[in-house]
Amino acid sequence: MGYPHEPHSKETVVLSRYFGDKSARSYDGWVERGGYKALKKTLDMDPAAVIDVVKESGLRGRGGAGFPTGVKWSFMPKEKNKPHYLCCNADESEPGTFKDREIMRWTPHAMIEGCAIAQHAIQAEVTYIYIRGEFTEELAIVEQALREAYSDGVLGDDAMGSGKKLDMYIHRGAGAYICGEETALMNSIEGKRGNPRIKPPFPAAFGVFGMPTTINNVETLAVVPHIINEGAEWHNSMCLSNPKSVGTKLFSVCGHVVKPGNYEVTMGFSLGELINDLAGGMREGRTLKACIPGGSSVPILNKEETENCILDYEGCIEQGTMLGSGGVIVFDDSADMVYQIMLLARFYAHESCAQCTQCREGTAWTTRILERMLAGKGKTEDLDLLLDLADQMTGKTICVLSDSCAAPVVSGIKKFRDEFEAYINGSREPVLVHG
Amino acid sequence: MAEDQVTLKIEGVDVTVPRGTTVLEAAKRAGILIPHYCYHPGLPVSGVCRMCLVTVEGAPGLQIACATDATDGQVVSVFDSAASDARQAVLEFLLINHPLDCPICDQAGECELQDYVFQEGRARTRYSDYPKRFSPVEDFGGDVLYVPNRCILCTRCIRFMDHVAEESVLNVSERGDRAFIGIHPDAVLDHPWAGNVIDLCPVGSLISKDFLHKAYAWQLDRTPGICTGCSQGCNITIETRDNSIARLRPRTNEDVNRYFMCDHGRFEYRWMNSGDRIEAPLVAGANGLVATDWSQAIARCAEIVKGVSGKAVALVSPRASCESLYLVHQLLKDFELLSACPVEVVEGEQPLPGVPNLALRSERAPNVEGAARLGHGAEYDKALEAVKDAALVFVLDDGYSQFGDDALSGSENLIYLGTSLPDAARNSSVVFPMSNAAEEDGTYVNRDGRVQRYMQAKTAPGMARPAWWITGALLSEIRGTDAPATAGEVFDRMAASESAFAGLSYETLGTQGAFANKASGAGVGCDS
Repeated sequence: MGYPHEPHSKETVVLSRYFGDKSARSYDGWVERGGYKALKKTLDMDPAAVIDVVKESGLRGRGGAGFPTGVKWSFMPKEKNKPHYLCCNADESEPGTFKDREIMRWTPHAMIEGCAIAQHAIQAEVTYIYIRGEFTEELAIVEQALREAYSDGVLGDDAMGSGKKLDMYIHRGAGAYICGEETALMNSIEGKRGNPRIKPPFPAAFGVFGMPTTINNVETLAVVPHIINEGAEWHNSMCLSNPKSVGTKLFSVCGHVVKPGNYEVTMGFSLGELINDLAGGMREGRTLKACIPGGSSVPILNKEETENCILDYEGCIEQGTMLGSGGVIVFDDSADMVYQIMLLARFYAHESCAQCTQCREGTAWTTRILERMLAGKGKTEDLDLLLDLADQMTGKTICVLSDSCAAPVVSGIKKFRDEFEAYINGSREPVLVHG
Repeated sequence: MAEDQVTLKIEGVDVTVPRGTTVLEAAKRAGILIPHYCYHPGLPVSGVCRMCLVTVEGAPGLQIACATDATDGQVVSVFDSAASDARQAVLEFLLINHPLDCPICDQAGECELQDYVFQEGRARTRYSDYPKRFSPVEDFGGDVLYVPNRCILCTRCIRFMDHVAEESVLNVSERGDRAFIGIHPDAVLDHPWAGNVIDLCPVGSLISKDFLHKAYAWQLDRTPGICTGCSQGCNITIETRDNSIARLRPRTNEDVNRYFMCDHGRFEYRWMNSGDRIEAPLVAGANGLVATDWSQAIARCAEIVKGVSGKAVALVSPRASCESLYLVHQLLKDFELLSACPVEVVEGEQPLPGVPNLALRSERAPNVEGAARLGHGAEYDKALEAVKDAALVFVLDDGYSQFGDDALSGSENLIYLGTSLPDAARNSSVVFPMSNAAEEDGTYVNRDGRVQRYMQAKTAPGMARPAWWITGALLSEIRGTDAPATAGEVFDRMAASESAFAGLSYETLGTQGAFANKASGAGVGCDS
């Protein structure tokens, strides 16, 4: 839904320029559109100089954490006495997020070029592109693009005639959400169960196969060729609000809006405008109730917060949430927040890798409490219990899956307490039979 | 020293540890046990149970002590409210699906979940009336039963099989609270060292078929011992209930067996519980062997020994203590002595790959090295052959040897010290009832030359006495020397006269054993 769409006048199209344009998918089509110029240029550069450009560009990770990309690359050992690896995280599984899918679907060579540049910068022999198992169509497209990149000499033993060796392999995920977590992804590539690892050691020291590894999100890597072509300053100056958040960002808007889809805007754009102008606003006769701006793992915003929220890393934090992966989930006044939060909790309970006690048991318990509440059997003390469990599930585990389950619960109870109470005191009809 | 040492403060206690030590291990040195489940010093760190959360000053949020390196000047608090609350929450989470079947659980009384819940858990659950997860008991093979309902997913068993036994047959199957320990569909848990997963399991989830419902932990008496299963000399704890051994478990000795013992050794207790025992001294009379008292039997035996000279044969057991083996030699030193012990050799060692120099050894007796050092040879067949020409035959056996019915026939003067009386020994002149390895104090020397003490775990039946006591009493009767009162006394005499034990004393051997002074022990097969 929502694709392909004519860019809205308020959009800044960089990554999404060729979304919907099938002819941009092929190697020839990509080269016609200026593709692989950046890689050619990069291969003549010193790896450290490439890292400097990316550092200066102000690019921050688009996967959710917002860590400065150039700084991350600079963590890789300068002395190269072991194989280095790049992992491209294409395991886009965050509920509400579908931006990387569009990049892979329409501009697979943008991702491959970004990977190749990063690979050169961190002196990695190999890139593993970890593609979410459910992305069958995108897998076929990326596989085709990779074949072309090899046959046209972009990759291989003599990448673009530079004499440098660049190899890329696709690793297909098997459907676990947690494999998008960077260390779980590495375990998964190694053929192990996709369990997050304790850190330290960090991937730059001990990553995939125990070797220095950098892992970046598809969107982060796809923007790198543009930075090389247009310059760090070009990227750094794209900013509508806080100068720490620059460039463009793809937002996947879904839920109760008229035109769900991916919209690319400059950092610092208004969330209200994104929903009301770009995504067409609420359906006829409906009003905005709530919004999750950064994928299911971040705290829920109410109407006022949504309208006041600036879409960059700092603006979201100001509203008590996070930019996350840019998956904007919109709820109108018809939404049952208790039910929606239960669905999220159920998702996390299903996807918990079962390592950490708080997550394994806490996500399931949280789900059970919410299910029972929705079946009309909630107790007054359940809300305090949910908050207490959420507290114990936050900041105490290896990865943040359990925090992600707690975030919507805590913010939901805080902002929509009356809806929970309505189920508990019986003023609202139960919607589940079992609980 | 200062460079590789760090000093930190844990719960107000200053402790100095080598750099690279974890906070959890440093706390142990400071005398503080940080509660934990998944951590085990013999396994790689996994950091999954989240029980060892502590507050480290300056660190963001709570840290897991098992994976946090101790650093200089670090200030750690274990029992502050944030860390205590977090651990209380972990315990509550663990209990929501854990059955309260402690009264029928083999782990009760030595269960770390029970202990920590008692120590810092909630008095009442808030999990109200939801049903608990249920999965049936599974037979993992070998000695191991898996009770998934009790499992807390600490993954110690998996890590043992993956990294120590190096036979990856266990895994975590499923996800979330549906997760359980799975076993490869074509595999059974029959690795020769697999039984260790039972000891490693902090709860009653992996339990021993052999020990099933035998005893509660609090009914058992525990005694440090040495495994008699082979020449490795694994340190063990003998656990007895009502004077009967209920099970053997590994006792930590970083230099010998670390935290482990093999399944063969684990079941090397049944012979010690055997009811077929000689309970009184016997002397030959007109109508065969007749029970008598100790003084008469000793006097009769001394008379025989003093009355003969020339060739003597001693057939001794490699399960006998160094003390008794030493005294046998002392007793027979004026004879032209041929002495040997039988050693069962099973080809093919069964190593535990994750621990260097640890294996179930081919030589299936604990004191082969000790016997050799004390002059008891390995030419057992030759010694048996010599029985018929010997003036005196002296047998020290605890059931280890298998005598053919006429193996000892033709010996005029047969002195038999044993735990049971085989037909072959019925022509003995004197029979002494002796205790077995679980019923006496003593020492063994393992294959590497480590001298290790074992202690009396149960009482011997009837009038049975340790072989060192019997031989000591005989020596005293014959030579007028003082009879030793303890195994330690014999050991110290031995250390004074035998170079293979020079420099050692029974007291300082402690519970971890020691090597003989190499300089003075040269030439007697000391470790090299």
